[in-house]
Amino acid sequence: MPPALCALCKTERALIKRPKNHQKLCKGCFIQIFEDEVHHTIISSNLFFPGEKVAVGASGGKDSTVLASVLKTLNERHHYGVDLVLLSIDEGIKGYRDDSLETVKRNAVQYDMPLKIVGYDELYGWTMDQVVETIGKKGNCTYCGVFRRQALDRGAKILGIKHVVTGHNADDVAETVLMNLLRGDLPRLSRSTSIVTGSDASEVKRSKPLKYSYEKEIVLYAHHKKLDYFSTECIYSPEAFRGSARSLIKNLEKVRPSAILDVVRSGEDMARLVPGATQDSCRCDGKPASHQAAADDDNIGGCGSANGRTNGGEMAAMEKRLRENEAAEAGELETEITVTKIEVQRHDRPNQTNGQPKTPGTNLPVRLKQKLGTCEKCGYMSSQKLCQACMLLEGLNKNRPEITL
Amino acid sequence: MSTIQAAEKPPEDIEIPKPELSIVVEFTGGLEMLFSDQRRHPLSIPVTNKEGNPLTIADLIEHLCNHTMKDTRKELFVLDDHLRPGILVLINDADWELEGEEAYEIQAGDNILFVSTLHGG
Repeated sequence: MPPALCALCKTERALIKRPKNHQKLCKGCFIQIFEDEVHHTIISSNLFFPGEKVAVGASGGKDSTVLASVLKTLNERHHYGVDLVLLSIDEGIKGYRDDSLETVKRNAVQYDMPLKIVGYDELYGWTMDQVVETIGKKGNCTYCGVFRRQALDRGAKILGIKHVVTGHNADDVAETVLMNLLRGDLPRLSRSTSIVTGSDASEVKRSKPLKYSYEKEIVLYAHHKKLDYFSTECIYSPEAFRGSARSLIKNLEKVRPSAILDVVRSGEDMARLVPGATQDSCRCDGKPASHQAAADDDNIGGCGSANGRTNGGEMAAMEKRLRENEAAEAGELETEITVTKIEVQRHDRPNQTNGQPKTPGTNLPVRLKQKLGTCEKCGYMSSQKLCQACMLLEGLNKNRPEITL
Repeated sequence: MSTIQAAEKPPEDIEIPKPELSIVVEFTGGLEMLFSDQRRHPLSIPVTNKEGNPLTIADLIEHLCNHTMKDTRKELFVLDDHLRPGILVLINDADWELEGEEAYEIQAGDNILFVSTLHGG
């Protein structure tokens, strides 16, 4: 067949077929529109303010590398005035993280951004290699996941940064929506669809500027911009290569590429029905965002929610919310792990200089918003007496084989 | 059109070396680990498939599984006789969806890039 021409410039040969709308684009127009759409998401969600210090959670993989590159480009092009830093976590897995950390170090030079690497060993006193040595491979992902989540926050605090951006893309969000749907976990589904999380309850907020970007386009962007990224699989869970929710997403995409953003949108709509949900989808969606004066290019189809829907169900949603408030608060456990004993045990690391006062009294069963407590040991935000990391550490430290003192 | 008669076809029972195409196949995004940790594979492949038709991407994928991939985990590359969803193909830098996907007929000198989107950082 004759080569198709770019639908936008109509001169160059089309090299990309966009999954969201089948548009055929040349390399230059694709790169431009990809960046414009991320810019749209950033502006319409008011993600940044001038002078803000922002840490990019950087793994060296495709998503965070593209995120760092795009943010650098947009920050310069649109004068966000944000101060970008790369923040990497070293889980302490030999033969896995080493190469990707090397990639991040190169990225720091390529993008002229400072880089901070924080290790599980310094934060928790345990590397993942040591954890696996102690508990075996089964279930180690739980430890790693809990540790990583806090590690980004703690790393940000060390840097004096209150905003961490991560490379979660539309496929990731769709996958999470499906997983939480399959688990019946609507509170978590709600949180996972928000573009910004944790801004109220914790000192460090998270956001996902690539929330509406297809994984396919992220990979193609990295390819055509010749970005330096590293692909790897964790040596402790090679089967994590494919979650079944992931396979489902990819199979759906094959049949109907728009399905990914459709699932994201459905997740956002469901999130509105969940009690306590704060954020909703991109604010260009029906809601006349009050603070959108800065949205100079409002009509770029950047977010996935621009398909002329209305929000007529909001009143009903509010009523439902009121009715369900109690039930959901009771059900919204942060963790499945329960701790029976609370004897004092030192965290491997002295409490952070996070200025967070220890508040052992805040865990009274007050029927307030559940997430406002802090961990008795480390001061990290927690709905339980101990945060998840401290609970896991407690178990680990008990089992630490012949510890050398 | 040339008036010169094409060279007479050899009788079918005589073994002649099959004509081959030179192409470059590349694997990235984590797929290189299935192909001897090597990104770039210059290959010579038959011009036609078993049925005598021009070689397509579908034939190439089969060829890669049978001849190039040493790793036994074929299912990480092919599922149900098709390329695993989540693996992108670029034919001379163009999305294979613009080129007819598996039905694309391979030309000499083509660069075929397989990129996995499935791997993490």
